[in-house]
Amino acid sequence: MTVETPTLPPTRSFGSLINNPVVRGIFIQLVLVVGLIGFVWWIVDNTSRNLAQAHIASGFGFLDRRSGFDISQQPIDYSSNATYARAILVGVVNTLIIAGTGIAMATVLGFIVGIGRLSRNFLLRGLATVYVETFRNIPPLLVILFWYFGVLAVLPMPRQAVSLPFGAFISNRGLQTPRVAFEEIAWISLAALAVGVVVAIVLYQVNRRRQMATGERRRLLWPMLGLIVGLPVVAFLVTGMPAALEFPAKSTFNLVGGFQIRPEFLALFLALSVYTGAFIAEIVRAGILSVSKGQTEAAQALGLSRRHTLRLVVVPQAFRVIIPPLTSQYLNLTKNSSLALAIGYPDLFAIGSTVLNQSGQSVEIIIICMLFYLTFSLIVSAFMNWFNAKMALVER
Amino acid sequence: MKSKLLTTALGLTVAMVAAGAASAATLDDVKSRGTLKCGVNTGLPGFASQNDKGEWQGLDVDYCKAIAAAIFGDPSKVQYTPLSAVQRFPAIQNGEVDVLARNTTWTMDRDTSLGLNFVGVNYYDGQGFMVKKGLGVNSALQLSGATVCVQSGTTTELNLADYFAKNNMQYNPVVIEAQSDVNSAYDTGRCDVLTTDASGLYASRLELSNPDDHVVLPEIISKEPLGPVVRQGDDQWFNLVQWVHFALLDAEELGVSQSNVDSLVDQEKKAMDAGQGQNPNLARLLGVGENFGGKIGLDADWTVKIIKAVGNYGEIFERNVGKNTPLGIARGQNALWTQGGLQYAPPIR
Amino acid sequence: MEEHVTRYVSEEFKQPLPPPADNAGIIGTARKNLFATPLDAAISLVTLLVVVWAVWNLLGWALFDAVFSGSDRTACVATGDSEVGACWIFVSSKFLQFIYGLYPDPERWRVNTVFALLAILTAGLLIPSVPKKGLNAALLLGVFPFVAFVLLTGGRLSFSGGQVAFFAMLAAFGTLIVVPSRSDLDFERPLMRAAAGLAVAAVLALLLSAASSRAGIAFLGLRFTAFSLSALVLSALSILSVASAALQRGGGGRVAATALLVPVLIAAALAVLSVDFGLPEVPTHLWGGLLVTLVVSVTGIATSLPLGILLALGRRSDMPAVRLLSVIFIEFWRGVPLITVLFMAQFMLPLFMPDGVSFNQLLRALVGVALFSAAYMAEVVRGGLQAIRKGQYEAADAMALSYWQKMRLIILPQALKLVIPGIVNTFIGLFKDTSLVYIIGLADLLGTVRRGFNDPNWITPSTPATGLVFAAFIYWLFCFGMSRYSIFMERRLDTGHK
Repeated sequence: MTVETPTLPPTRSFGSLINNPVVRGIFIQLVLVVGLIGFVWWIVDNTSRNLAQAHIASGFGFLDRRSGFDISQQPIDYSSNATYARAILVGVVNTLIIAGTGIAMATVLGFIVGIGRLSRNFLLRGLATVYVETFRNIPPLLVILFWYFGVLAVLPMPRQAVSLPFGAFISNRGLQTPRVAFEEIAWISLAALAVGVVVAIVLYQVNRRRQMATGERRRLLWPMLGLIVGLPVVAFLVTGMPAALEFPAKSTFNLVGGFQIRPEFLALFLALSVYTGAFIAEIVRAGILSVSKGQTEAAQALGLSRRHTLRLVVVPQAFRVIIPPLTSQYLNLTKNSSLALAIGYPDLFAIGSTVLNQSGQSVEIIIICMLFYLTFSLIVSAFMNWFNAKMALVER
Repeated sequence: MKSKLLTTALGLTVAMVAAGAASAATLDDVKSRGTLKCGVNTGLPGFASQNDKGEWQGLDVDYCKAIAAAIFGDPSKVQYTPLSAVQRFPAIQNGEVDVLARNTTWTMDRDTSLGLNFVGVNYYDGQGFMVKKGLGVNSALQLSGATVCVQSGTTTELNLADYFAKNNMQYNPVVIEAQSDVNSAYDTGRCDVLTTDASGLYASRLELSNPDDHVVLPEIISKEPLGPVVRQGDDQWFNLVQWVHFALLDAEELGVSQSNVDSLVDQEKKAMDAGQGQNPNLARLLGVGENFGGKIGLDADWTVKIIKAVGNYGEIFERNVGKNTPLGIARGQNALWTQGGLQYAPPIR
Repeated sequence: MEEHVTRYVSEEFKQPLPPPADNAGIIGTARKNLFATPLDAAISLVTLLVVVWAVWNLLGWALFDAVFSGSDRTACVATGDSEVGACWIFVSSKFLQFIYGLYPDPERWRVNTVFALLAILTAGLLIPSVPKKGLNAALLLGVFPFVAFVLLTGGRLSFSGGQVAFFAMLAAFGTLIVVPSRSDLDFERPLMRAAAGLAVAAVLALLLSAASSRAGIAFLGLRFTAFSLSALVLSALSILSVASAALQRGGGGRVAATALLVPVLIAAALAVLSVDFGLPEVPTHLWGGLLVTLVVSVTGIATSLPLGILLALGRRSDMPAVRLLSVIFIEFWRGVPLITVLFMAQFMLPLFMPDGVSFNQLLRALVGVALFSAAYMAEVVRGGLQAIRKGQYEAADAMALSYWQKMRLIILPQALKLVIPGIVNTFIGLFKDTSLVYIIGLADLLGTVRRGFNDPNWITPSTPATGLVFAAFIYWLFCFGMSRYSIFMERRLDTGHK
């Protein structure tokens, strides 16, 4: 049977235009965009109409009004006479504090446990596994509440505070440690520290270049210690020890003096780092396992010590696997810090919800909160991408 | 590819169809729904709390029942929505509840910029402090340096800041979202002082593990007129809720109570039929002869229904927070104006 | 050199000598693993101490010092110097509340039935050796939601005329999609074109109906506006014209039946939801405990999966506008904490809606959770799409499959299979995140437990810890079970060829 190839019809019909994928694609996108714009317009229209109809004030003008409430943890100057904007700023700083400290602690914990999960020591391995499997499977809010209501709340009252070493106390009002109160002239010691650090870095770079060029390697431990620790100490002694330790003391209500870490912060900090630490441990374990055994064996064949094998061969390669998921854990921790609301740590979201209630402007407050978290996500992602790219250069 | 178009169209249409259900006046909504949606406290003994059977009771709850009784003749036709301090205003603004009876302080800011209308004051309150007896504190002026537990987003939080600033005292605030969590934080010793409305302090004390170890300090540092709230923009509904409140007060003033309301109605009816000697104030209140209920969209016997259901204001007060309840609060400012208190209602005429 | 003569040749293999006594058995293992170096020894000792200390304290708290009998707080308050551990009677006396919330007692069999159905159907779907996966999935996704809805709420939904017209329009479009993909009927046929035109006209009529004022035309006991009624009629006509196109083709009885399948299913669903089965209504504010946790998480996962697939496809689409919008949507929800999403659902969603449209509080939480988890699901599915080799896409294109055919028949089955562990992990995350709904006032498992702390009957220092440990154990049980399943599937699906 012969097949005759039919000739295509010469005219372009309407049907062929419909079936043209490019035209179709443009049409669909047009409909989508128009539909979306319509939808957004509809929402904005409804919202503004609802707000107007309910006589609810709107706009961001309320940010300049006096807040009138106090905040328990004020890393920057704040009083009840400050504005709502200032209160929200305090919340932002508090969020950054909990995120920063939590991330640091979770990373340390996660790396220790992650390496512990691969230890030959089955006791250590078992403990690490139990920790990871427990905390990965419990809601973070529950962990926070457990620390706050289950652990810290049952500590004794301040008058019966438990004494810890170095003059610190722990009670249900949190951890009270001695504080070093510096005098004015102490800036010299601080300057000495800065100088010491800068010189040490320069020294390290010089030494490294020298090692690259000649292969000769000098031990830098003592000069480094001398610069970073010795110099400030000498400066401190020379200027006549311009600092005093302030110890906490018991008074009618609370321990006064010293440096106070509130239980809200402590609970949130412990919970977030313990919770996220479990995830980081798994990431670290997966990262280390992803480095093929051949790499370790090759390093050993070259005569590298176990420490050097880890530091120079395994870790740099594992890092490349670890960084992307690590980034998302850091972001998760920051987002989870908004659970502070449940225990009253004054983070952005908790203060936001107070402002929301005092001013009644829910839309504006929620927009501010979302914008902050989005911006933070973008910045951290950008930084980690940059760091990742830098690490990826190690690959040759 | 057609489906993509489709999904978009659907999204739009869902939205548009939803638009079909436009709203009417609140009273019509309530009537067609068959229940009154009432926002109450999540749990404040004496004002709104659930008993072991899950039934709501309290002074604010009785206001919800009174409104439902006025509309339906049945105090059980209420759907209670427990609201935290933060949730309460959005809930009433959004129409999630028809009336908010949640010990809410009447302030100018709330009355004007939140789109709310306060219908009256069903409890005159003021902010106070509670401390443990063991601390040996007997005045609020000795509280400098104390840790104070307070609920976030309340007028209490603002008064607290003002009071300590005015008296040059320092304090550490512990600000928690739910009053129950505030109470348990105080109970476990997280703070030295608990502050809220005085009525709330007595209620909170009941929830502590050892109520007798705690004492309420004598200072009252603010005016806290608490009252039911409705949305702005529906004057009929505002009038209805307001006059339910006034009717409760007028009933007490005229001596109409749950037990004697039926006989009083009979008495007035007989008097009117006989055309002699009736008490005009009482007749108007009970809807005998003149129909005042019609002016707010209700039946003529609206007050009779209310009083049969929950009694007059005095009965509500005594039943929920009065001397013979665990709270044991005296009438004080909440007595009628005829007895030296502040409760005063315009006449029904 | 002297010749070396072997005097003795062994006929057998020499057995290896046993290892030295101190290198074998428990002691040997312990030596090698625990005490190889002084550092190892130190670590081992410290770990051992920690383990012993922790286990001792835990046992003491949970068993030896715990309170197992009593009826109120007095049993759990420390008397004198004796330590009081867990107050288990708090859990046992509130246990039913932790499961059902305030769901009325005589109606709890309904919740139990839903739990049982869910367990049976998911088990059938998850266990690889159970046959009839397709039927099972259809029951779970198509029938179970309606049954569960009717059982839990009591059903008896009332639909407005506009809503019925809307569903009729859905049915018309469903028919227009299903029929051409199941038969050779295409849009070249005039009747099919007419059907498409009628369906589009129905959409327009609905849009106009939304804009028009409320006019009451009673029809079939429902109130319609002129436009919504015409939308209903247009949709019905559209379906009929598809069916007649099928019949016209000859021998199309089966196809005509297909054409009526979608409308019949939708009508059946509407009927089930609106018929009075004599079940008393249970309003959602009475729901609580594990019930709410499961409702939120299961609904969340069920709605987020299709949404997530669409978003993932959008993100990998060739159309720039679609891609951009998908990326913005995904990154937005992934960038903000769930609690802000829930606050938005709680406080802003009602403002977005036109005056008079109000959402149930539970429904608002569900909307928030679904959108939030859809973004995460989209990223999981995208991973699966990216893992499919390009050859598969090209082969499908070479077969002249349309985009949706390609995705439905070739790509998605492979991609979804690959990401089952990822989906399960997302579900674990979602299950844990449901605990946040307490903050917006819903009584989920954690919320019910916490409300229990404030019961004056049960205020003791050990109540919170006991309740939280109990809640943690329930969450852990579910999450750990699911993560084991995810690992099991991962091994099973790892066919080795990549």
